[in-house]
Amino acid sequence: MAIHIIDRRLNPGGKSLENRQRFLRRAKSLVQGAVKKTSQERDIKDVLEGGEVTIPLDGMHEPRFRREGGTRDMVLPGNKKFIEGDYLQRSGQGSAKDSGPGEGDSEDAFRFVLSRDEFVDLFLDDLELPDLAKRKIAQTESEGIQRAGYTTSGSPANISVSRTVKLALARRIALKRPRKEEVEELEAEIAACTDEDERAELIARLEKLKAKTKRIPFIDPLDIRYRRYEKVPRPVAQAVMFCLMDVSGSMSEHMKDLAKRFYMLLYVFLKRRYKHVEIVFIRHTDRAEEVDEQTFFYGPASGGTLVSSALQAMHEIARERFNPSDWNIYAAQASDGDNSYSDGELTGLLLTEKILPVCQFFAYLEVGESGGSAFDLSDSSLWTLYERLRNGGAPLSMRKVSERSEIFPVFHDLFQRRETAQEKAAP
Amino acid sequence: MTERLFEGADWDFHTLQRITDACEEVALKNLGLDVYPNQIEVITAEQMLDAYSSVGMPLFYKHWSFGKHFAYHEASYRKGLMGLAYEIVINSSPCISYLMEENTATMQTLVIAHAAFGHNHFFKNNYLFKQWTDAEGILDYLDFAKNYVMQCEERYGRTEVERTLDAAHALMSHGIDRYPGKKKLDLREEEKRAGRRRQHEEEVFNDLWRTVPKGASKTRSAISLERRRKLLGLPQENLLYFLEKSAPRLAPWQRELLRIVRHIAQYFYPQSQTKVMNEGTATYVHYRIMTKLHQQGRITDGNFLEFLGSHTNVVFQPEFDDPRFSGFNPYALGFAVMQDIERIVTNPEDEDREWFPDIAGKGDVMGVLRDVWANYRDESFIGQFLSPKLMRHFRMFHLHDDPEERAGIRVDAIHDERGFRRVRRELARQHDVGFIDANIEVVDVDLSGDRRLILHHRVIKGSQLNETDAKRVLQHLADLWTYDVALIEVDANDKVLREYVVSPRPIPAAVA
Repeated sequence: MAIHIIDRRLNPGGKSLENRQRFLRRAKSLVQGAVKKTSQERDIKDVLEGGEVTIPLDGMHEPRFRREGGTRDMVLPGNKKFIEGDYLQRSGQGSAKDSGPGEGDSEDAFRFVLSRDEFVDLFLDDLELPDLAKRKIAQTESEGIQRAGYTTSGSPANISVSRTVKLALARRIALKRPRKEEVEELEAEIAACTDEDERAELIARLEKLKAKTKRIPFIDPLDIRYRRYEKVPRPVAQAVMFCLMDVSGSMSEHMKDLAKRFYMLLYVFLKRRYKHVEIVFIRHTDRAEEVDEQTFFYGPASGGTLVSSALQAMHEIARERFNPSDWNIYAAQASDGDNSYSDGELTGLLLTEKILPVCQFFAYLEVGESGGSAFDLSDSSLWTLYERLRNGGAPLSMRKVSERSEIFPVFHDLFQRRETAQEKAAP
Repeated sequence: MTERLFEGADWDFHTLQRITDACEEVALKNLGLDVYPNQIEVITAEQMLDAYSSVGMPLFYKHWSFGKHFAYHEASYRKGLMGLAYEIVINSSPCISYLMEENTATMQTLVIAHAAFGHNHFFKNNYLFKQWTDAEGILDYLDFAKNYVMQCEERYGRTEVERTLDAAHALMSHGIDRYPGKKKLDLREEEKRAGRRRQHEEEVFNDLWRTVPKGASKTRSAISLERRRKLLGLPQENLLYFLEKSAPRLAPWQRELLRIVRHIAQYFYPQSQTKVMNEGTATYVHYRIMTKLHQQGRITDGNFLEFLGSHTNVVFQPEFDDPRFSGFNPYALGFAVMQDIERIVTNPEDEDREWFPDIAGKGDVMGVLRDVWANYRDESFIGQFLSPKLMRHFRMFHLHDDPEERAGIRVDAIHDERGFRRVRRELARQHDVGFIDANIEVVDVDLSGDRRLILHHRVIKGSQLNETDAKRVLQHLADLWTYDVALIEVDANDKVLREYVVSPRPIPAAVA
C-alpha cells in the first residue's frame, strides 16, 4: 500500500488569519474597550506591545440549545466508602464538582492575545488627525508618478517590450508575412526537386515569398509602445513634531513624566500616518534651546520661565529646516502653566502670528502634581492666556492632566474623529 | 536480529517511512486491520493550532467563530495551560494524519500506530461511519463548501452570509438525521447538484413571469392537520433540514448554506457517538503495535519506556474526588474495556463465562475485537462489554441527584453484585447521544394563520433548556423562518412547563 509522507511545515502559515480578522472585526467595539482599559495600566514603553486582552463573551457567544437542572444521574469512578442507599450532602466535597461543565459557562470572559500591530491599530482606530482642509497650507501636496497605460511616443528606456511584440505579432499575422518555416520548407523542396520547370516555378515562388518578407518588417515603428506615466498629487508624507517643555524648577519629575507620555503617544500616532517623522525637542526656562531627548527629559536646568523664548526658537527652527510646504508641522507644549506676567503679550503674538499659521496642530498640555486635581485650582497664567486666544478663534487644543491614567483619555479626546470633536468644541 | 527503526529521539523522513512500513506490517499481518490508504503530514505547532480552530479539517469555509476559537486556543497554548495534541486524524480516504514536528521518534511511532492504523481502521469499518460519512468525498465537499461560501459572499455580501451561517451554526446540533433510511450521502454528487441547480435557475429565469398577475390563490384553510403534517414531513427533528426544505422566504443560496452546515454536522455525528470506542481502538492498536515492535527488537528498551510513559498519561483516569477529574477519560475507558475483552476471550474466569457466554474463552482476540469495532457504538459497547471486573477496577458508583430530595444525593448503586447491571446501564446511557442532546422537534406550522412555527421540547427528568441560550437560538431560528417561532417545553405527560415565542428581527438591508 502506498504511503504518502508530506512535509507541510513550509506551507505558508497563518491559515486562520482571515478568520481571526473576521473575529476581530466582529468583536471590534469590545476589543477596543478592552485595549483602552489595558493600555491605561501600562507603561508607555509597553503600550506598543501586543498582549493579552479580556473581553466579555456577550455578543461573541455562540448559543446552542443546552439543558440544565432537573434530576441528574451520573456514574463516577473511585468509590471509596459509599454503599448503596447512602446520602451525600449537596455542599459536600465530590458532588459539587460534578455539575456538568456547561460549555458556555466556562468562557464567560474570553481571553486572547493581540499582536502588536493589532493592538496599536485598535488603540488608535477611532482617532484622526485634525482635519485642516480649510487651511491652505495643509493642502500642499507633492507630486508622485504612477503607471497609466501605454503611449506611442516616449523615451527608449520606457519601451514596453511585451506590448510591442504583441502588436508586431498581430500585424504580421494580419498581413500574412511568410513564416520562417514556410521559406525553409520551400528551400528544401527546391533542393529535392529534379524537374527543371517545376524547380524554376518553385524558385519564383521563393523569391516572391522573400520579397514579401522584406516588405513586411518583423517589427515596425508602428508597433512600438511606451509605458506611460502620469503625475499624481501625493500628500506630504513627512512630519515634524515639536516638543516644547518648560523645564524650570517648578516642573517636577512627575510632571515631566506626564509630558513624556503624551509626546510618545503623539509620536506613535504620527508615525502611523507619516512615513517619516522628525522630532525636535525644545526646552526652555527663561531662554530656550534645542536639545537631544536625554537632556530634554532628564538634563538639569533652572531659571525663570519665558514661554515666548521657546516659541521663538521653534519659529526659527521651522523657518530654517522645515519648510511648511514640505513638512506637516505638529507641536505639543507641556508646562505647569507658569509664565512671567510680562511675557504674556509676546507669547500670544508669536503664537497667533508665527506659529499657528504653519502648524497642522498645536496642543497645549498643562501638567499638574499627582493627587492635586488640577481642575479645582484657579487657571494658571498660561492657561488663561491660551484660553483667551482660543476663544478669539485660534485653533488651539488644550487639556489639563495630573495623573498618569488621564493621559490616554486626554489623548483620545484631542484626536477624536472630527464629527465628535466639533460637537465638543461647539458649546 | 532485526534492524532498529531508529536510535534516540531524532527522526527524518526516511525514519518516518521505515516506521510506517513497520507499523503497517504489524497492523495488517498480526492484527488483521483493514485501513484506507494513509497520508502522513508533518506540521508545526502553529499549523496544529490552525487545524484546531477549524475542527481539524484541512480546508474549511471562513467564519469568525473559527477565528475566535483560534484566538482562544492560542492564548491558552501560549500560557502553557494547554498542550497540543500529538496528532489529528481525518476520516477521509486517503486517511490524513497530522504529526507535530516536535514529537520524538518514539512519539511519531506511537502516533502513526495510533492514528494511521487505529483510527483509520475504525473509520473504515465501524457501521456508523459507513452509514453516515463519505470518506472519499469529504475533502472535495469541504473544498466545494469553502468556494461556495466565498462565492456567496461575493454575490450577496459578507454580512448576509454571516447572518445565515451564524443561525445555521446555532442549530447545528439539531441538524442531524438520527435514523437511517434515506440513501447514503454522496458528497461528490452534492457538489455537482448545487452547480446544476444554479445553472438551471439562471437558464430558466424569465423576468416576464414575474410581472404576470397571479390568480386568486386557493384558500387552503380547510387542510386537515394530518394532511398538513404529512405535506411538511412533520414531526421533524432535523431543524436545519426542515428550514432548508420548508422555510418560506429563504433565498436558494441560503438553503444551500443550511445544507452545507447540515452535511458537515452529519459528518461529525458518528464521531460524537463513538468517542470511547474510537479512542479505545486507537489506543489498543498502538499499544499492540508498539509492544510487537519492541518484542521484535525494532525499538530499544529506552524508547519503549518513553512510550510507556506517554501511554500511561494518555490512559490515566483520575478518581471523582481528584481535582483533575472531569468525567470519564474516553482513552482510559475504551482501552480498559478492550483489554478486558482480550482477557475474557483468552483467559476467562467463571464470572466472565456467566456474563459473556458468547465470547468467553473463544480464543480469537482480534476476530472478536474487529467485530466489536465494526458493529457497536459507545452506548451499546459499554452496555454490552463493561465487565464486573472492570467496574470493580474503576470502583464505579452511581449517584442520583434529585433536587427535590432534601437528604442529598443518593448513592443509587455501587460496584457490587446488586449494582453491576444498574451501574453499567447508567454509564451506557451517559454515552447515548440521543439522550444527551435536547429532544426538540418541529410539530406544526400554523399555515392558515400567521405561519407560526411550533416546536416541542420533550423534557426528560425535569432538565429544561437554559433560558438565555434558548432565546438566542430561537432568535436565529425565527430569522431564518421569517415568521414567529414558538417553542413549548412539555414533560412526559404533555404538561406545558414553559413557552417561548420569538419574532424575527427585521432584515436591515433590502435583500431579495
